[in-house]
Amino acid sequence: MARLNVNPTRMELKKLKARLNTAVRGHKLLKDKSDEMIRRFSTIIKENKRLRDEVESELSEVLKQFSVARSVTPAYRAETAFAMPTSAVTADCAVKSVMGVEVPQITLVNQKRADGLPYAFTEITSEADYSVLKAAELLPKMVELAQTEKAVRLLADEIERNKRRVNALEYVMIPQLEETIKYIKSKLDENERANIVRMMKVKGNT
Amino acid sequence: MSGKMAIIGDGDSIMVFKAAGVDAFAAENAQKARDILRKTAKEYKIIFITEELSKELAAFLKRFDEEPYPVVLTIPSKKGSTGYGDEVLKSAMERALGVDILFND
Repeated sequence: MARLNVNPTRMELKKLKARLNTAVRGHKLLKDKSDEMIRRFSTIIKENKRLRDEVESELSEVLKQFSVARSVTPAYRAETAFAMPTSAVTADCAVKSVMGVEVPQITLVNQKRADGLPYAFTEITSEADYSVLKAAELLPKMVELAQTEKAVRLLADEIERNKRRVNALEYVMIPQLEETIKYIKSKLDENERANIVRMMKVKGNT
Repeated sequence: MSGKMAIIGDGDSIMVFKAAGVDAFAAENAQKARDILRKTAKEYKIIFITEELSKELAAFLKRFDEEPYPVVLTIPSKKGSTGYGDEVLKSAMERALGVDILFND
């Protein structure tokens, strides 16, 4: 490992020692952070997996049911039936912090549905009713999935970045500092010894 | 802070969500979906996109991974799930942990 290019003086030695101290402490902190993030990540990703499985199976069912409803209705009638949605869903979007990573926190609000179907019953078959109602029911779960999946992505990125920082400290910064400190120390000792020898010689000659 | 929700996909898959109160945008191909995404990304907080489109736009969707919002979620279309969602999950997990803790069966 290459040592830093500094003058072997006591001043530098002192500075480097302080830096090494900081680096070691920072490394420990980052490592702890990384451990905790990984722990959180694994719980979130398990949750995510569970939600995704649920959403995917239920959603496929809804969509299948809906395509049945569509296939027995002429296309233009289905289009008009769904052209004007009556219920509007908005989501309350906040941000919460998981280990310093900002992740979205979403809650659905005013899901106002005055018995919610946007069409008259004569317009389309009853399969459509079921699938629309089911889709509306599924929506909160889908939003929850969206939220956890985003958290997973953000956390994964952050963990990766953090890992890189930890490694940079552990395998580059700290060894470099240690090596340089050692070098300066040996250089100073060398000077000291040279000095002693010189003194002895000077005294011995007189 | 409140946000709206949008869904992008082929006509049949998204119509049912239109009735449920989500703004639906039809896109037949990835190019169209990309244009819609560009426009909707600012206005909408949550965007659902069907698997077929999301798969083709994977590189484009990466740019949404940096910020908390908008949240882009891949959902199966009417053709059923192809397991793409799990794949994405798996890659995120492998990147972060280096090991597979969910699908190791």
